[in-house]
Amino acid sequence: MERRPRSFYVLAAFFGLFVLFLYGPILTIGILSFQGPQGGLTFPMNGVSLHWFRDLFEQQAVGDIWGAFRRSLALGLMVMVTTVVVSVMAGLAFRKRFAGSALLFYAAITSLVIPSILISLGVGLIFNQLGLKIHWATSGFGSQLTWTLPFGLLIMFAVFNRFDKSYEEAARDQGATSWQTIRHVVLPIIAPSLIGVALFGFTLSYDEFARTLLTAGSYNTLPLEIFGMTTNVTTPVIYALGTLTTLFSFAIIAAFLLGLWIMGKRRARLGSDAGKA
Amino acid sequence: MRLKNRHVLGWLEAAPLALVLLAFLIAPIVMIVIVSFWGATEFSIYPAFQFDNYEFLFGSPVTYRVFWATLKYAFITWALTLVIGFTAAYFLAFHVRSLGMQVALFLVCTIPFWTSNIIRMISWIPFLGRNGIANQTLISWGVIDEPLEWLLYSDFSVLLAFVHLYTLFMVVPIFNTMMRIDKALLEAARDNGASGFQTLVHVILPLTKPGIMIGTIFVVTLVMGDFITVRFMSGSQSANVGRLISNDIALLQYPSAAATAVVLLATVMIVIAILLRFVNIRKEL
Repeated sequence: MERRPRSFYVLAAFFGLFVLFLYGPILTIGILSFQGPQGGLTFPMNGVSLHWFRDLFEQQAVGDIWGAFRRSLALGLMVMVTTVVVSVMAGLAFRKRFAGSALLFYAAITSLVIPSILISLGVGLIFNQLGLKIHWATSGFGSQLTWTLPFGLLIMFAVFNRFDKSYEEAARDQGATSWQTIRHVVLPIIAPSLIGVALFGFTLSYDEFARTLLTAGSYNTLPLEIFGMTTNVTTPVIYALGTLTTLFSFAIIAAFLLGLWIMGKRRARLGSDAGKA
Repeated sequence: MRLKNRHVLGWLEAAPLALVLLAFLIAPIVMIVIVSFWGATEFSIYPAFQFDNYEFLFGSPVTYRVFWATLKYAFITWALTLVIGFTAAYFLAFHVRSLGMQVALFLVCTIPFWTSNIIRMISWIPFLGRNGIANQTLISWGVIDEPLEWLLYSDFSVLLAFVHLYTLFMVVPIFNTMMRIDKALLEAARDNGASGFQTLVHVILPLTKPGIMIGTIFVVTLVMGDFITVRFMSGSQSANVGRLISNDIALLQYPSAAATAVVLLATVMIVIAILLRFVNIRKEL
């Protein structure tokens, strides 16, 4: 093996600092959430306890956190499923280069770069003028899709740019209908990427704030609830909540990555070696 | 006949996406443009066609100051995230040798993106606060005698949070383009006597431009459209356009908020249009 140049060590140190910068703060609040009952928002630790976590589980001590969590979870799953289905369909559509596809593509890009508060404001105004009630499952749901769908679509572009069309041609040559080709050839091949799309769909929805702000109605999602807490909660209970919800996010991410890994293993085991030299 | 089929089928498959974008992107934009010409009393808004909101907006020195501040945030954040993101991606792509390690470290960089931005902002408080880790450390080292007041709730903390939240949007696309650079080009450069630095500047940097552009689009638009980071990290002491809009909304002055939003959208779109001239996004994925 070639000896590493000195620049490697400099860059490795830089990268290490970058990772510390990314994770240091969240580790800090992880530690501080175990503050003793008399402890404050900063170090030193005033004893070690589970006091603030217990506070979270006490009804009504800090608002409707568990209700907010349930709503965020339900909304995240709704957005996830919708994002996967709609992105795959759109991805398939864009391969056909239909008339007007460029226009739709630019709309999707606009959706990605538009300041979130415009979606919040615009959707809120429309519901208001139509006399509809804003609700996290209707207006909130739609607003979040404007954020998750472009990501899903971009992933599908990346997938189909690398997709070998000869698999489909082979299926067609053997008499498969276009639906059979999609169901038995295309979808199994792109399945791992769909896990990626699902991961984006769920996590971006679960943590979404700006687009839900004016569109969630009277029942808050978890990020809105947490933001509300920042203005009137001055105890480490907010760190305890932050630690828990971050751990939950990590668990979700780990589950998705595990799913991806298992799928890869299964493929390696069950896949045919046809065509290999 | 087949040609027509392709278009019809394409639109059928794209219909869900098109409908969502129509209802929750296009319609809201149209609505905001319409409402920006409306009038408002203290309690309600009424349909009208007047330019009062725009006249007020462009007539107020606050507007120019806040737009300038927004562009300043965007530019500084862009410069910092570019340098940090490029360096991190460069290390990952060219100095980490095994693919497994590359994937693992890449994931380490990406995971924070899938966690809550609000929590990530809150997590700076114990670090930057008056009695926070930074001040305590500096005092114990004897660098300063009194706690620094400008660490939290200042432009410094706003920029720090922006860099913390958004550097990832630079790392990912830059890493993606770097991984597609043919390693033979680097060898060719070395064989011709280029130093590592010359290879970086004359080979890698030009080839990474599309990734840099995509990252730039993300970072610039996220910072320009932000209102929550500035509000939270500055302790409501600094302003950007997003906060101007959200303040109007809080006061139920929707027409005025809408007018500001229209101008913000136009500004962002102009910036994007300029950036898109340098890159074909669809080709680069």
